[in-house]
Amino acid sequence: MIEKHSRRGDLLLLLGFALVVAFAPTIFEPIGGGYPDLLQKFAIYGIFAVGFNILFGLTGYLSFGHAAFLGVGSYTAVWSFKLLTMNVLPALVLATVMGGLFALFIGFIALRRSGIYFSILTLAFAQMSYNLAYSVLTPITNGETGLQLTHGDPRVLDALFGVQHGDGLPSTDLFGMSMSGWSGYYFCGVVLFAMFYVSLRIFRSPFGMMLRAVKSNQNRMNYTGINTRPYTLAAFVISGMYAGLAGGLMAVTDPLAGAERMQWTASGEVVLMTILGGTGTLLGPVLGAGVIKYFENIFSAFNEATLMDVFSFLPETLQHGAVAITGLFVGEGWHLTLGALFMLIVIFLPGGLMEGVNRIKALFRGGLRRGEVRRPATMTG
Amino acid sequence: MDAFVLQILNGLDKGGAYALIALGLTLVFGTLGVVNFAHGALFMLGAFCAVTLQKLLSLEKVTEDPTQLTAWGTPMEIRTPYIETWLGDLGTTLIDYSVPVSILLAIPVMLVVGVVMERGLIKHFYKRPHAEQILVTFGLAIVLQEVVKSFFGANPIPQPAPEIVAGSADIGLLLGMDPGTVVYPWWRMVYLLFSAVVIGLVFAFLQFTTFGMVVRAGMADRETVGLLGIDIDRRFTIVFGLAAVVAGMAGVMYTPILSPDYHMGMDFLVLSFVVVVVGGMGSLGGAVAAGFLLGILQSFASMNEVKTILPGIDQIIIYLVAVAILLIRPRGLMGRRGVMES
Repeated sequence: MIEKHSRRGDLLLLLGFALVVAFAPTIFEPIGGGYPDLLQKFAIYGIFAVGFNILFGLTGYLSFGHAAFLGVGSYTAVWSFKLLTMNVLPALVLATVMGGLFALFIGFIALRRSGIYFSILTLAFAQMSYNLAYSVLTPITNGETGLQLTHGDPRVLDALFGVQHGDGLPSTDLFGMSMSGWSGYYFCGVVLFAMFYVSLRIFRSPFGMMLRAVKSNQNRMNYTGINTRPYTLAAFVISGMYAGLAGGLMAVTDPLAGAERMQWTASGEVVLMTILGGTGTLLGPVLGAGVIKYFENIFSAFNEATLMDVFSFLPETLQHGAVAITGLFVGEGWHLTLGALFMLIVIFLPGGLMEGVNRIKALFRGGLRRGEVRRPATMTG
Repeated sequence: MDAFVLQILNGLDKGGAYALIALGLTLVFGTLGVVNFAHGALFMLGAFCAVTLQKLLSLEKVTEDPTQLTAWGTPMEIRTPYIETWLGDLGTTLIDYSVPVSILLAIPVMLVVGVVMERGLIKHFYKRPHAEQILVTFGLAIVLQEVVKSFFGANPIPQPAPEIVAGSADIGLLLGMDPGTVVYPWWRMVYLLFSAVVIGLVFAFLQFTTFGMVVRAGMADRETVGLLGIDIDRRFTIVFGLAAVVAGMAGVMYTPILSPDYHMGMDFLVLSFVVVVVGGMGSLGGAVAAGFLLGILQSFASMNEVKTILPGIDQIIIYLVAVAILLIRPRGLMGRRGVMES
């Protein structure tokens, strides 16, 4: 299952990616996504999913506890804002490091098992973190209220360099550049691009090849005398660092961290993003994250009035019926759509959107190689 | 001593629920080899069978009684459930016993749900990797719980236990302790008894009937049973239905203990999976033993004396045990050698 790729192809891919990130505001304008908050979300969840894909896509280890690292990253970043400085760089570095350390600890234990046992071990650790964050660790996590900035925070570095904050709660910045609005999006976008580049390098490296080998047949690897544990652990830690970074960025856009970010449904979400886009493909996870966050945003904003508008071309009785049925799927019921989407993708398109794209490509290339569709990745349990 | 007895009792009813859910989960895994993340949703559906029946039974007719006035001077409204006007005292009794009566509704409903689920969805995932089974059933669980949410709302709906068992029993008195030391709600006792009976029935069914024998043979070696000319797939479909019924009944009876809401299934699912893993994948006895064991452990961990020494232990004890078991003895307490041991 060695994919053919060339340096030039990769370069083009990176260039295209950079262009999309740079012109995202214009590109997403026509479909109603051209505002910084949403694009920022795309970028952050894109990073999260790209990192998750390094573990799941390459090694086939399905972690159901990645939200824990995201939560740890958020808490670390907010603490950095509280104690050190409102500058985002130290916060992000610390969040990444903490996410990595946490992943090192959990991975060291969980990777002793594989398959469904690995999934359940990671799930158990994530649930433990979630429960503890809500109860005993309240001094660190501020429990149900969530960790917030206050006026009394020391912010030693800011004090040292004489950075003044106004009367209101201070906001995050990058050496004086505010992290709200478009500058905030472009910061996240640059980070996303950098992380995408790192993931590309990992995919193309001998290390990435080793991880793929683990996925296709770990036993054979072991029989040839290769200890795979260090490789899988490295992949786990890297994806934990991605998650920590994503969590840190969430805190950058909104300096508040709550335990619900660590809940196992949040872990399920990133799995869904990766699968929807295409497991084991480079672009897939970013695509999946974008699609899900986009539809979440659009669908959950729908209410009965907008639906009535949409179906206004129908006769009145039909209109009410249509509104009643679609009303189940939008607004509050957005999760229903998500669950149904989840099932449909796994049933019909296990390779995700990227498989769909490849199928369409194959269709266009037509007759000669009909039916020869390369599935980007197969999952192992 | 009294605190000790109380904690064991407290753990037992929770353990009963864990055991019942884990039993179905491990049965499905043992027979079909499917990891079913929607099993918690079946538990939740069962609980909502009870809610539905209770709502139906208490549909009321409102009449005005002009001879009596309310404090506002308007005629007093008299609400009588239809069932009382139709059936008289029997109707009143039915309303009072709506939770246990719901079992009669839950059994056929859950059987149909289980069979449809297996034929319609799970069947196509036998040959697929565990990861995809997990994901598709996870999606199904979300769909089921969101559908329930859109019908019943997001808030928990309390269900009363029948009046005769609504109070608490003074168990301490029976054991010769001072009165009032060990007080235990009657309904939890009923639940404990109920789960013991259901577990016994499932085991008897598998152990003493021809059907059960075939199923057990199929668990051990599916291919050979198939080669002997037995339609093992059909039996396994029924086993899936059976697992759904067990989960559903567990849900029905648990409603007076925990007011059902749409995400109760997810909450129990994670714990039940841990129970299955601790007991050993595919081991029925293991699931039951681990269910009760973890239930009791959890209730001991939530004692104040324990919590002062190890703060937060009550939140994580079950997961800690699971981690320890998986690392020390990956096939679980009573798992068969070689089953999912990697």
